[in-house]
Amino acid sequence: MSALSVEGLKAGYDPDLAIVKGVDFSVDYGEAVCILGPNGAGKSTMIKAIAGLVPILGGSVNLGKNSVAGLPPHALVRQGLGFVPQTENIFTRLTILENLQIAAQLLPAPDRRSRIDAMLDMFPDLGSRPGEIAGALSGGQRQMLAAARALLTEPEVLVLDEPSAGLSPKLVGQVFETLRRISDAGVTLVLVEQNVRAALALTGRALVLVDGQLAHDGPTDDLRDNRLLGELFLGHRAKGPSA
Amino acid sequence: MNPQAFIDGLIAGSTIGLGAIGLTLAYSILRFANFTHGDFLAWGAYLTLTVSGLLGGLAAGLGAPVHPFSFGWGLPLAILGGAALTVLLALGLDRILFGRLRARGADVIIIVMASFGASMALRSLLEFIFTAKPVYFTNALQIAKPLGLGMRATPDQLLVIGMTAVLVVGLHLIVTQTATGRAMRAVSENPALAGVYGIDVAQIVRITWVIGAGLACIAGVMAGLLVQIRPYMGFDLLLPLFAAAILGGIGSIPGAMLGGLIIGLAEAFTVQIIGAEWRAAVSFIILVLVLMLRPQGLFGRKEA
Amino acid sequence: MELIAYAAFFLTVAMTYAIICLGLNVQWGQTGLFNVGVAGFVGIGAYVSGALTTPETIDRVGGFDLPILVGWAAAMATGALLSLAVGLLTLRMRADYLAITTFGIAVALQLVFQNAESLTGGAFGMAFIPRPFAAMQSEAIMFNLANLGVTCAVVLVLYLLLEHLARSPWGRALRAVREDEVAAQALGKNPVFLRLQAFALGGAIMALAGAVQAHFIGFIAPNNYLPMMTFQVWAMLIVGGSGNNRGAILGAVLVWAIWALSGALISELFPADQQARAASLQIVIIGVMLCIILLWRPQGILPETRSVSRHLGRRNKDQ
Repeated sequence: MSALSVEGLKAGYDPDLAIVKGVDFSVDYGEAVCILGPNGAGKSTMIKAIAGLVPILGGSVNLGKNSVAGLPPHALVRQGLGFVPQTENIFTRLTILENLQIAAQLLPAPDRRSRIDAMLDMFPDLGSRPGEIAGALSGGQRQMLAAARALLTEPEVLVLDEPSAGLSPKLVGQVFETLRRISDAGVTLVLVEQNVRAALALTGRALVLVDGQLAHDGPTDDLRDNRLLGELFLGHRAKGPSA
Repeated sequence: MNPQAFIDGLIAGSTIGLGAIGLTLAYSILRFANFTHGDFLAWGAYLTLTVSGLLGGLAAGLGAPVHPFSFGWGLPLAILGGAALTVLLALGLDRILFGRLRARGADVIIIVMASFGASMALRSLLEFIFTAKPVYFTNALQIAKPLGLGMRATPDQLLVIGMTAVLVVGLHLIVTQTATGRAMRAVSENPALAGVYGIDVAQIVRITWVIGAGLACIAGVMAGLLVQIRPYMGFDLLLPLFAAAILGGIGSIPGAMLGGLIIGLAEAFTVQIIGAEWRAAVSFIILVLVLMLRPQGLFGRKEA
Repeated sequence: MELIAYAAFFLTVAMTYAIICLGLNVQWGQTGLFNVGVAGFVGIGAYVSGALTTPETIDRVGGFDLPILVGWAAAMATGALLSLAVGLLTLRMRADYLAITTFGIAVALQLVFQNAESLTGGAFGMAFIPRPFAAMQSEAIMFNLANLGVTCAVVLVLYLLLEHLARSPWGRALRAVREDEVAAQALGKNPVFLRLQAFALGGAIMALAGAVQAHFIGFIAPNNYLPMMTFQVWAMLIVGGSGNNRGAILGAVLVWAIWALSGALISELFPADQQARAASLQIVIIGVMLCIILLWRPQGILPETRSVSRHLGRRNKDQ
């Protein structure tokens, strides 16, 4: 049984226009996997579909042994999926504490306070001023809060959509350091990233999506050779049935 | 200037404010201007009247006025029944109309248009069932008691003001301090993200209708108690309700209440100075002024 | 013979509604603006034209005795000016604020019609509004047919004008702004200005309809311009096919027919003392019909191939 497995996944906003055109992959418990690909390949759309935000037009998605395709986002959280969107990933009008309290609501009452405290400890920038309005946080701090919120419920699988987007190199380093800690703690990690170098450094396996289909699925070591990556991004080698 | 207008304004403003709270909640969470909200007030009053009649048939003693008010224990009980039925009406309307339009991604303006059509149908249905003749909750007359400073109020009126204050404070506490309130504020900011956070958005939508319709029923009963019950009572309040909600800032409960009070007071003083026939113009003028000078209202956010 | 007279009368009223629908179509079908105050614009046209053309009246402005066409022209100008004012206030805002504000306009105008006695005659309204074929009044059939002729002529002229406009550069610019505002702006079109013009044009046409109605019936009262009228007109446009001038005309005739038929049915089925209350059933029918159309065939009977369907939801596209 894999933590996350996807078979023949087709997804898109318009029923007549699939952006994800039939993708198969699976992620084992404890793995850290990155999803790469050129702009417009459908990476974001694919993980949004897995997270229940984009309509699934065909195929199946399994979390552990449960089939989850078609469930609304809040049900997926209960099934153990934690999703961090790329933008607009925290509630700027609520306080830091309130953002965490919403997530904690999913836990049994006795555990809520301790998990919130654990997250505030893990991210001291947040812990120092939990009553502050989240909208006042800087870009990097917002990503921290977004990650803390997703981790609070101890998800089986944590999926992140371009966590480094819009951040300065130093902050990118901090974010990936945090992700390293999370991965070391045993959380299964699926990461869509444009920052190829950081992604390859963090993860053990890379999937490359080109034009809605999986062009490559293998250990990150294979992609250290830039030539292969370049070919994949420029579309000369596509795996699977032709579009 | 007769200070009695102050009390009159507070009383009218309480009703408008309660109705506006329901409207502003629906507006901020469901994201559309609901033209049927006025009719929830009217239906609330009529449904409560009907339940009250049934209860009176079951136990005659319930109708007997309880001193110092003009109504008996039957009315509070009937309000519970009436509110429950009004909530069912609102949920039903969402299920067969608004929810379906939302599900297929229809533009907000189409949903507003549907609410306009539904409101006319609801209003006319009331007229068909109950006729246009005004009816009343009670025949008991009330003597207005002096309050000092030249103002007088009946016990019923003071009760209305008091109940409104209690409801507004209670609601404000719910929205700011409870998990449900946090969830509502979250859905109001970003419904998709709320789902990602684990909030059952459909449940929050239902809760919003429950609170909105429940408050509308109470506001309708208050208006019916203090004035009269007739099919167009809700529709005639619609413009003041919208004006109050926009004046207060969409999504703000204290704002809606304050907006309601301001409009109530403005109407009362206008009636005194200019005349009762121009009362409805007050809400319109306030609405235009708000949209011209500060469209986000008193406590609203500036739209991006 | 009586039937012909009645049919002509019925169609004339339907045609005046068609004029209102054509005006509304410019605002909604072509520009996407939800005007919930239609009755106010119709009313202002009626009152302006009435005030300018009625003979001297005690306690009320009048006595200008101007020709009917001048009244109609003044009505259109007033409608346009009022629309400009409303548009300037709300066009930059979200669509539902426009809806609420136009709703308020109609309420406010209704108050003016009702209470400004020296201008409008108050609750009594205005009488003795000159009718185009006054001489023929004694012969019902000729009179009704003549009126029908005039009204149809107005509808025809408007229809041709509006169709021509829709295909003109102005119409194309308007459609561009509607389909993709940002792209249109990049091409140098000014969306707010275009919408303002469309709104004013629609308002002028609605006011004209009010004037035509006023001169057809001969008297007007504040109770003619209630939200009920706004509601009927919207039902007509949505049922007939919004975004579509032929749909506007078809919807007007069809919904008016349903209204008249249901009215006749109700007076047959209900005893005399229940008539007033039964009349409210007519409104329930129209309201339910409007909601059903929005749910099941939102493009109306005569759909336009593009424009409007975009508003009705991704999953509702015409093929």
